[in-house]
Amino acid sequence: MINQNSKTLLEVRGLHANVNGIEILKGVDLTVKSGEVHAIMGLNGSGKSTFAKILAGHPAYEVTAGTIIFNNQNLFDLEPEERARAGVFLAFQYPIEIPGVANNQFLRLAYNTVQSQRGKEELDPLEFDDFVREKMKLLEMSPDFLDRSVNEGFSGGEKKRNEILQMALLEPILAILDETDSGLDIDALRIVANGVNQLTNKDNATILVTHYQRLLDYIVPDYVHVMEAGRIIKTSGKELAKELEAHGYDWINADDRGKTAGVRP
Amino acid sequence: MSAVLQNLVNQPYKHGFVTEIESDIAPKGLNEEIIRLISSKKNEPEWMLTFRLQAYEKWLSMSEPRWQNVKYPKIDFQSISYYSAPKPKKKLASMDEVDPELLRTFEKLGVPMHERAALAGVAVDVIFDSVSVATTYKEKLAEVGIIFCSISEAVQTHPELVKKYLGTVVPVGDNFYAALNSAVFTDGSFCFIPKGVKCPMDLSTYFRINTEESGQFERTLIIAEEGASVSYLEGCTAPRFDTNQLHAAVVELIALDNAEIKYSTVQNWYAGDEKGIGGIYNFVTKRGLAKGANSRISWTQVETGSAITWKYPSCILRGENSVGEFYSVAVTNNYQQADTGTKMIHIGRNTRSTIISKSISAGHSNSSYRGLVRISPTAENARNYSQCDSMLIGNQCSANTFPYIQVNNNSAKVEHEASTSKIGEDQLFYFLQRGIDTEEAVSMIINGFCKEVFQQLPMEFAVEATKLLSFKLEGSVG
Repeated sequence: MINQNSKTLLEVRGLHANVNGIEILKGVDLTVKSGEVHAIMGLNGSGKSTFAKILAGHPAYEVTAGTIIFNNQNLFDLEPEERARAGVFLAFQYPIEIPGVANNQFLRLAYNTVQSQRGKEELDPLEFDDFVREKMKLLEMSPDFLDRSVNEGFSGGEKKRNEILQMALLEPILAILDETDSGLDIDALRIVANGVNQLTNKDNATILVTHYQRLLDYIVPDYVHVMEAGRIIKTSGKELAKELEAHGYDWINADDRGKTAGVRP
Repeated sequence: MSAVLQNLVNQPYKHGFVTEIESDIAPKGLNEEIIRLISSKKNEPEWMLTFRLQAYEKWLSMSEPRWQNVKYPKIDFQSISYYSAPKPKKKLASMDEVDPELLRTFEKLGVPMHERAALAGVAVDVIFDSVSVATTYKEKLAEVGIIFCSISEAVQTHPELVKKYLGTVVPVGDNFYAALNSAVFTDGSFCFIPKGVKCPMDLSTYFRINTEESGQFERTLIIAEEGASVSYLEGCTAPRFDTNQLHAAVVELIALDNAEIKYSTVQNWYAGDEKGIGGIYNFVTKRGLAKGANSRISWTQVETGSAITWKYPSCILRGENSVGEFYSVAVTNNYQQADTGTKMIHIGRNTRSTIISKSISAGHSNSSYRGLVRISPTAENARNYSQCDSMLIGNQCSANTFPYIQVNNNSAKVEHEASTSKIGEDQLFYFLQRGIDTEEAVSMIINGFCKEVFQQLPMEFAVEATKLLSFKLEGSVG
């Protein structure tokens, strides 16, 4: 939801980044205000997942130039775990399996860590159990998931739901959903999207990184950005996604490719 | 003050050694004279000396095993001194004199305050009354007829029991190091649980009456008579420093009909520095004989220390329906090497065994699981389940699995599962992204990985073991 009075949560300027010495991002600019939902679309290899991971502080990527201000702080001053505690959340494209670690134990530790950072009350195992079961209803998850090892043996859809469950628990200020729609059947997509929609409000913001338009039928973005070769080459409203779906990424004309994009309309 | 003088000054009064005014350290090297000297210093009966000499005879004809997947320079067995009076630990007057590094370790491990002092070698009797703790302990055990003492003491006080069982599970010529141990062992533990007695508490070496170091050739013998049961804890999570480089211990367990012995070890010997200099060679023979029907022997080990670990706690399942279990976590870091596993020898009918082995390798270390499951022709309906999981941290370390399976009875059911995983950047990043710091993440991952083994440990050991592992692997991830 676009609101002229809302606060700027994320300001990315001229971001360049390498992985293994190869430049992947070549000058990304993006501004995200509270209450907004942004979609970043693009072909595989365009740099959109890299961008998502850099926001979260993944150690494999080296930022070579540019600035990122998150919620009035220099994001590069914060370690990955500090970013998480400050309210940056990444829903992973491929959630990691952790054998032997019970999901409820993991969720509670993450929850309590972030709660204590915010000066809020931590929950003991029993209190947490009640709390998390409530949140799980939102995602139509069976309580069985609590006793299973984190993501181990989960189907693709179950893993993604578990990611959004974590988002629901941690109540991020900026949620980045990296290809959350991939591998989901239509029912799971609806459930996940519904969950995300209930979690968005005027004080937080969401960045959806996606390849396909279909997620955007359920989570309607305020802005759609197209990324190519490490830059945002076009920015428009939600209708852009539909046009991309209909015409393919090649449809974006040469004029757009030449411009420095990311400028707010 | 010279070291010799210092030693003399610090030498406390010792029962049994009162008359030994001459040198308490035998000349280097091993020969019959030295063995006779050890035996006479310990005032042993003739049969004990014969046992030692037979072992020595065997040892002379054997050569050092070379099949294990570890590398070390050749040991010069003639340059070791095989007898010295039990070395008193240097007593420190207060905690202020303790090496700060050691204190930091205790802190990390959460070792209780009064234990820290004891472990660091501060004169504990002034801090807490260790004598009364030990005495109460001993009295309580004596009430139910349990004998728990040093093996030297047992040779004197219960020679018939020692004579009957010593060397029956690990024969004097079993292997090179067992033969060496049998010839020259200086001390160790003896534990006897009489018929029908369930030992009322976990027996721990920590509370064993003789507090001096049992030295590099430790010998342990545990017997559970019909229907008896005992849980024995060996070791300690605090680091053990020792100047002896070679440690060759022997442990024998004997379980008669319906008896149960559970033996848990947390091994944290000095592992050498981060460049691989120094550290203990831990070459141990541990074996349990499930002799009686329905008997059970269970080994649980958490191996974190030593430069080289070479041990295969084994079970000979002779009694009908007897059960053998092996639960192991082996952690290696820096340049540590471990070649460890178990042998399950099924002889009786309906015998069952379970092997759960977890290895974690970090740094430049190398860890091997080596296990043998043998089903003898007599072992009708024997069953074995083995699971070997390896976890690698970083890309300089290695893990190997060498399972040997010999089945000579076609009614047997033998299963083997193995996996290898890696704590990688991505796994760690997943935790970090949820606000959990590296230390806690590693601890959680490791703990999850080792869960099936930790569940077997007595409660307080399990808590300490978890901390110990995180501590050992500190800085190796991320």
